Amino acid sequence: MGMTMTQKILARAAGLDSVKAGDLIMAKLDLVLGNDITSPVAIHEIEKMKVEGVFDKDKIALVPDHFVPNKDIKSAEHCKCVREFARRNEITNYFEVGEMGIEHALLPEKGLTVPGDVIIGADSHTCTYGALGAFSTGVGSTDMAAGMATGQAWFKVPSAIKFNLTGQFSKDVSGKDLILHIIGMIGVDGALYKSMEFTGPGVASLSMDDRFTVANMAIEAGGKNGIFPVDDKTVEYLKEHATREYHVFEADADAEYDQVIDIDLSELKPTISFPHLPENTHTIDQIHAEGDVKIDQVVIGSCTNGRISDMRIAAEVLKGRHIAKGIRAIVLPATQAVYMQCLEEGLLKIFIESGCVVSTPTCGPCLGGYMGVMAAGERCVSTTNRNFVGRMGHVDSEVYLASPAVAAASAIKGYIACPADL
Amino acid sequence: MENAKGKVLKYGDNVDTDVIIPARYLNSSDPAELALHCMEDIDKDFSKRMNKGDIIVATKNFGCGSSREHAPISIKASGISCVIAETFARIFYRNAINIGLPIIECADAAREIEDGDEVEIDFNTGIITDITKGTSYQGQAFPEFMQKLIAAGGLVNYINENN
Repeated sequence: MGMTMTQKILARAAGLDSVKAGDLIMAKLDLVLGNDITSPVAIHEIEKMKVEGVFDKDKIALVPDHFVPNKDIKSAEHCKCVREFARRNEITNYFEVGEMGIEHALLPEKGLTVPGDVIIGADSHTCTYGALGAFSTGVGSTDMAAGMATGQAWFKVPSAIKFNLTGQFSKDVSGKDLILHIIGMIGVDGALYKSMEFTGPGVASLSMDDRFTVANMAIEAGGKNGIFPVDDKTVEYLKEHATREYHVFEADADAEYDQVIDIDLSELKPTISFPHLPENTHTIDQIHAEGDVKIDQVVIGSCTNGRISDMRIAAEVLKGRHIAKGIRAIVLPATQAVYMQCLEEGLLKIFIESGCVVSTPTCGPCLGGYMGVMAAGERCVSTTNRNFVGRMGHVDSEVYLASPAVAAASAIKGYIACPADL
Repeated sequence: MENAKGKVLKYGDNVDTDVIIPARYLNSSDPAELALHCMEDIDKDFSKRMNKGDIIVATKNFGCGSSREHAPISIKASGISCVIAETFARIFYRNAINIGLPIIECADAAREIEDGDEVEIDFNTGIITDITKGTSYQGQAFPEFMQKLIAAGGLVNYINENN
């Protein structure tokens, strides 16, 4: 029986000729990642292990990005703990404020994630790197500690759902609408423990930034990973970014899938997830038919939608317009490089002239940390990835997940809207 | 492993790690401090109404969302002796095993057991008994590899024993 793309990557990392769904394997790791929330717990655990230092100082990435620049004294202590651990162990890929970005935007940009890699990260959105044809998955802090100590992790080999994409997006539809549509269709546990393999002729039309957005939210369907084939666009991206050799894998023609789902990209509409689950999706037409959803705040950024394409889409909508009175709009370019590019392309000027504030890269508002925490009864349209109860602040606040195009248009209107409504 | 026995605190589908331990408390990694806010955004009286040894029962996809290990840590530090669910989100499942928080999957038990029931779990057999209702259920046993991890007291000890 053939193997899926994910199974082939895992077999190689485990030193096996083949694996099948359900096998428990021990795999070698190409990268172990942590941030300022999860790393302190991992550092505490690794100190309890009878090991000398870390397995490879070049294969660990520590990215303080959640509550930095430090939001309070306790966060500062966490960051200090990570910084000192990085110094003590001479970690090559530690990114200080000023060099950093949101981890899942930063690492591909720095060329640290390449096709064929097996990557674990103590952050659930580690699945983002599947966009490049790597196996990457989120774990907890103890797994991160064990990974840093031994360079290995255990996995149960996943079965897979195949998403066969055809056609092309119509105007104002993007990767975010695709992944929200999928989560709406299969549910927040629709891919529990499974790989989500995206394939078919429609893949070629997706930009790399769209693929990052789609793979990033595999976890919101319960998936173990999301993965794309390596094609010309991937190779072009890697030419610009990759710092090391990589291995390209393809699913076998006779690979077995639990389910095959066909999606015609041209049929998708701007899609928004209502509170309090990402699966609670409504298309823009349905929303218009149901009546205006008034909002208080807009957030454009995050590991899901803080890349340069996202910034360009938002700026195109906001250019020459002003956000509605009483609305707060917060734009967060995901890395220093994206920020610089926004500056060079004149996007920052557009954001500021339209009434938005532009922040340094941080995860802050997405998880109700800082930089846009909400009060009771407030509503936010956000390009982030979760709309759980209390996710962005008070338990009685609400988050509506959307694309950068919808978020920008909603900021202008003061209620949920898409660019066609302007 | 010793049996777990206690009163049930019952929840529904998709209990996410943001409600188990809200991110506003993630500037701490101290288990005792995290325990003070465990389940706060889904059940504000959780810390008042629970007693040491009590059992959480929930339906589908318990622990979905963020990978924060602070979630199982806060549950364990609260004194909860076991979490029974129809299914667990995969990162939560790994984290619970890695830190030594007993969890068990059993669809019928998860659906039928009610808030306030007295329940006992035999980890050696996987049998869950609802003492209040007089019913019992066969929970899913862990694969051998995970049993070794649990027997060692979690992943850190397992690595220490095998290095």
